Amino acid sequence: MRKTRWTNVRESAIRAFFFTCGILTVLVLLGIFATLVATAVPAFRDITPSEFLLKTNWDPTSPEKAEYGILSMVVSTLMVTGGALLLAVPIGIGVASYLSDVAHWRVREILKPVVEILAGIPSVVVGFLGIVLFGPLIAKVFHTGHGLNAANGSVLLAIMALPTIISISEDALSAVPAAYGEASLALGASRWQTLVRVKLPAGLSGIIAATMLGMGRAIGETMTVLMATGNARSFPHGFLESVRTMTSGIAIELGEVPYYTTHYYALFAIGLVLFVMTFAVNMAADVVLRKYQEKER
Amino acid sequence: MNPENLQVKIKAENLDFYYGANRALKNVTIECFDKKVTAIIGPSGCGKSTFIRTLNRMNDVIPGTRLEGKILIDGADIHAPDVDVVDLRRRVGMVFQKPNPFPKSIFDNIAYGLRINGMKNKRKIEEVVERSLRGAALWEEVKDRLNDNAFSLSGGQQQRLCIARALAVEPEVILFDEPCSAIDPIATAKVEDLIEHLKTRYTVVIVTHNMQQAARVSDYTAFMMLGELVEFDRTEKIFTNPANKLTEDYITGRFG
Amino acid sequence: MRRSTRKKLVQAAGFLALRVAMGLVLAVLVLFLYDIGRKGGGAISWEFLSQAPRRGMTEGGIFPAIVGTFLVTVITALLAIPLGMCSAIYLNEYARQNRLTRLIRLSIRNLSGVPSIVYGLFGVILFVNALRLGTSILSAGLTLGLMTLPWTITASEEALKTIPDSYREGALALGATKWQAIRTNVLPYAVPGMLTGTVLGLARAAGETAPIMFTGAAFYLPYLPKSLSDQFMALPYHLYIMATQHHAIQQVRPLAYGTALVLIVLVLGLNMTAVVIRYRLRRKRR
Repeated sequence: MRKTRWTNVRESAIRAFFFTCGILTVLVLLGIFATLVATAVPAFRDITPSEFLLKTNWDPTSPEKAEYGILSMVVSTLMVTGGALLLAVPIGIGVASYLSDVAHWRVREILKPVVEILAGIPSVVVGFLGIVLFGPLIAKVFHTGHGLNAANGSVLLAIMALPTIISISEDALSAVPAAYGEASLALGASRWQTLVRVKLPAGLSGIIAATMLGMGRAIGETMTVLMATGNARSFPHGFLESVRTMTSGIAIELGEVPYYTTHYYALFAIGLVLFVMTFAVNMAADVVLRKYQEKER
Repeated sequence: MNPENLQVKIKAENLDFYYGANRALKNVTIECFDKKVTAIIGPSGCGKSTFIRTLNRMNDVIPGTRLEGKILIDGADIHAPDVDVVDLRRRVGMVFQKPNPFPKSIFDNIAYGLRINGMKNKRKIEEVVERSLRGAALWEEVKDRLNDNAFSLSGGQQQRLCIARALAVEPEVILFDEPCSAIDPIATAKVEDLIEHLKTRYTVVIVTHNMQQAARVSDYTAFMMLGELVEFDRTEKIFTNPANKLTEDYITGRFG
Repeated sequence: MRRSTRKKLVQAAGFLALRVAMGLVLAVLVLFLYDIGRKGGGAISWEFLSQAPRRGMTEGGIFPAIVGTFLVTVITALLAIPLGMCSAIYLNEYARQNRLTRLIRLSIRNLSGVPSIVYGLFGVILFVNALRLGTSILSAGLTLGLMTLPWTITASEEALKTIPDSYREGALALGATKWQAIRTNVLPYAVPGMLTGTVLGLARAAGETAPIMFTGAAFYLPYLPKSLSDQFMALPYHLYIMATQHHAIQQVRPLAYGTALVLIVLVLGLNMTAVVIRYRLRRKRR
């Protein structure tokens, strides 16, 4: 009996240990949020929230009057991300459709890991290729002085978002019950019609979720945009202009900012906005994804 | 229902079992006698597997389940707070529907239960492994390949290996949950012989969907339907002269 | 008849478009690998791999960056692998379906979506400042470790899910305690899968730049780190510097290419090893 009691204590202790590890992730997420809030709040002793969010001028080191408007950066981020999705979503859905409906299964088994390789390329390498490959190309085609602009960033982010969009969309398409497709084919529809009119609509929520996850990644991506978009601080007016995204803004300035100044706190405030944006996008993706997984069951 | 004045090994009293809101067992009361084979028959989904899994509290591991009523083994409530479920499961062995050997050698499969129960003496372990394999009528077939992976055995051999594995920890009761549903007829015959043999030392409870099997191997038979115990009696009685119309319909193959 | 011809034409055109999309993606991948392989290959030499940068990083090699990336990845692994495995064990083996479990899963999914630079900010506050680890290998490694955690948890849980329930039940039915069943009859078969999954996460961490920029990576160090509280050079950060921050960018381009090649070989090598092992494991299990 004594041995038994000791065993029970030990079992509970082990369970408690694993529970602690499990709960840690919640603490990390809360910790990140709390830290960002705590470090961002002091910035608003000197800046009003509306000034911060709605003004376009960001010039914290100006000798006359420091300005802390992040609107240009937010718009730049959204622009680069939007451009990336415009490229990545159609191509991604195309590739996913190809893999699920056109490719021979052997080809598919080879190509899927190949697409995964793309996901494995570090963002700093993608950024580097933006400088050496796409930059000169864009400069030549559009006759701009250099190719470090929003368009370059969009192309690179599209490439980085593609693997996510492809793999989740492909899962969504494969999850469409075979009976749907068969029913459509039996009515004399071609495979293409079946794909476009039956399978894609049926897998739509999965594709939407994939798009949003890709969007979350693009919004939060730092190195590629930092290296390839030129980082001009002005408000963007087109894809051929240099832009500075929120992530780039933090990356450029955090290294040189004196600690515990308004500028320092303001950078964390940008981080907080970034966190909230990606959190919202990911949560939305999550809700959609969950819904369609439930529907499947 | 104890004409021969047999010793009661297991007693379930007013047993109810719920998966969430679904009541899978309804007020089941039954006695299983020591050194006898009790068969539980009934159509699929009648709760027979649920019932047998309550006897070693295997249902504890399924979340969202609830049990009411009592199960007594040797007169002691197995849900009493001082009962250790781990010790209970050592005393009440179980053989599952599908043979579930572990991906280890034949020897290590049998030795597994000994080792987790703290046996370290190598000689003793070897001794028990041999005795258990002999007990499961498998020794002659595997004695030269004890170090082979258990998956290299045929389905029927795997099931007897699982029986040997259960024997090794010296249980008092052995529960069989449809032990032959995944193996071929010849292997089934071997397992049935084995069960016949095992009852000289153990209390055996077997769930089966195969009525002939129940008739062949068991001394007592319980017929269950929709979570209720319809009839429980000596096996010959159930199969020759059932008291309940439902039982009769079932054993004569009118449904199920 | 005409309708069906049209149908066929539309289908042919549609499928062609899909093939073009696939081809485009493959072309980009090939272009990337080819460009880096060709131009980076020229820069690779024994000297490049074994020496420190010289003359304001216009000559010499990347040895300190290789060492730094290795060390920081080790710290990352030490934090993320055990914690990730233990969290996964909790979630897959112990956790019941309740609100707390859902909260944990929600946190994991959201953590994997937090931008890497935000992890960098968090690392600055928590490790560099609050825990007084300074800008160091330790701070950077722990920051990357937290970032990798959600991936290692998910990967480990996937591996645990492939272990059939019959192993657990069989052990319990023989009188094993829950932990005994897990330790002796689940983990031995799950750990290889857990490790390959976590290697994928580590490969991603090794290539990350944003989280280490402010937590320990250095522009240039003429010596190797002597302890874990030193700053360090890292391959991805070094590539960033060589590509954008160097005073003679055009002159050092070959070195940048070489760095990119080494980084990509390292990361994809780790990736591929993991994928191959995972593929073998899956086959074996069938």
